[in-house]
Amino acid sequence: MSSALKEMTRIEAVTFDLGKEKLRDLSVALHALTPQSNQTSWHILNPRGQHAVAVGVTVPVGIHIDGHVGYYCAGMNDGAVITIEGNAGPGVAENMMSGIVHVKGDASQAAGATAHGGLLIIDGNASARCGISMKGIDIVVKGSVGHMSAFMAQSGNLVILGDAGEALGDSLYEAKIFCAGTPASLGADCEEKTMTDEDRAILAALLERSGAKADVAAFKLYGSARTLYHFHVDNAGAY
Amino acid sequence: MSMCGIAGLFLKNRDLEPELGALTAGMLSVLTDRGPDSAGFAIYGAGTPGSMKMTLRAPVGFDFAALGHALQVGVTLRDDHAVALVPVAREVDVRAKLAASYPDVAIVAAGARMELFKGVGLPELVSKRFGLEGMSGSHAIAHTRMATESAVTTQGAHPFSTGPDQCLVHNGSLSNHNDIRRVLMRERMVFETQNDTEVAAGFLSWKLREGAKLDEALTAALDTLDGFYTFVVGTESGFGVLRDPVACKPAVMAETDDYVAFGSEYRALVDLPGISKAKLFEPEPAKVYFWERAA
Repeated sequence: MSSALKEMTRIEAVTFDLGKEKLRDLSVALHALTPQSNQTSWHILNPRGQHAVAVGVTVPVGIHIDGHVGYYCAGMNDGAVITIEGNAGPGVAENMMSGIVHVKGDASQAAGATAHGGLLIIDGNASARCGISMKGIDIVVKGSVGHMSAFMAQSGNLVILGDAGEALGDSLYEAKIFCAGTPASLGADCEEKTMTDEDRAILAALLERSGAKADVAAFKLYGSARTLYHFHVDNAGAY
Repeated sequence: MSMCGIAGLFLKNRDLEPELGALTAGMLSVLTDRGPDSAGFAIYGAGTPGSMKMTLRAPVGFDFAALGHALQVGVTLRDDHAVALVPVAREVDVRAKLAASYPDVAIVAAGARMELFKGVGLPELVSKRFGLEGMSGSHAIAHTRMATESAVTTQGAHPFSTGPDQCLVHNGSLSNHNDIRRVLMRERMVFETQNDTEVAAGFLSWKLREGAKLDEALTAALDTLDGFYTFVVGTESGFGVLRDPVACKPAVMAETDDYVAFGSEYRALVDLPGISKAKLFEPEPAKVYFWERAA
């Protein structure tokens, strides 16, 4: 940004109280934002577990949500930095394209599901199916994840500082899973891989970006054994 | 039942008992959009030594006062339900008379402390009809139903009760309930409907009848029941939660020094006292959660 442009740009902070105002009005206001808008700092109060808070934002604004949210918070985010001061319900940041979503508490099921890009940071635990069918997102979970996490994950990185539940990385494609704790079990076609310098650099950068205090050397890398990519006629009898 | 909402509240602090009904009604109402077809609740209020409560249901306009007079039992009217206070020694006699002379009257539930009400309609209207807000007690379990596996009827609404002071609500659907029902019928368990949830309730009641504790019965359910489910169950002194191993159905719990609360979503818990300081957690799949209160 040039200094002249910087002088022209005034950051305008907006406070939106969902205890008093309607969620739909918030969505309309967020969807009306343009990249030129001065309203770049949003503070959302009293979400009270409502669903679909700050969904479909397509501009690089900051959104701070003060409390627990319900289903699909920050879904389809494309460029915003969204912080949740609490827990998130199922499907937080599902189908994110870009930007950052930071959950300060725990996340429920299917966090970051099908997301194409951006960074999802979860300070607490994520429950089942974290990163299911992820397609390029980076997810850092500072606690543990539940069963079937990274199921059919296609690309991107899932970093888990704690443990993982049953069937981690089942039917995995080319996403990378870094886990510092112990997976209860690996899913079909998921196996431990040898970490390269390139992998270590990816992991170190994600730990740094998400403020996670962990040593790269503590992690193991899991990836696809690539045996499920093609149909094998020898298996025909199994069906 | 597939979509559905569940709210449960188990008080540890007896000072909150007068507020139990109002708190439960609030939780139930929030879950309307998870289950607008029908609703119901079981509530564990004060008991009367030597007597048991029999919750009855009859078509609108039925003269429960006359029934009470004829059977010589005290009756408290609540819309199309009534709670009869029956001396324990007369339970068999009253049941026989109801079966013989009152074909329109269904026994919804029986127990020392539990009362159970359910009906078709928006949850908020159902709880208003029965006056939930004004009720007190130690614990309550409520359900909002979006029917998928059987018809929208009062009989198909939750909770289901298949044993004294026992109730169960369910979010999910079972796939082997017909098999299990046949097995339980051989064990002299009686079923009123073709509903999958009633089978789950019957299974637990059978285990309890055979001497299992509630947590043992829930553990046995994990091995026997196939399908997806989140169950919340109540007994005279206990409150339990169980999710299937895949954990299809949502569940959030809150615990403070004063209570343990269950909600299908956090939204249902948001108005509970002290919720901002509660320990919030998602119950783990295939793990039995159980709280019991000393008598």
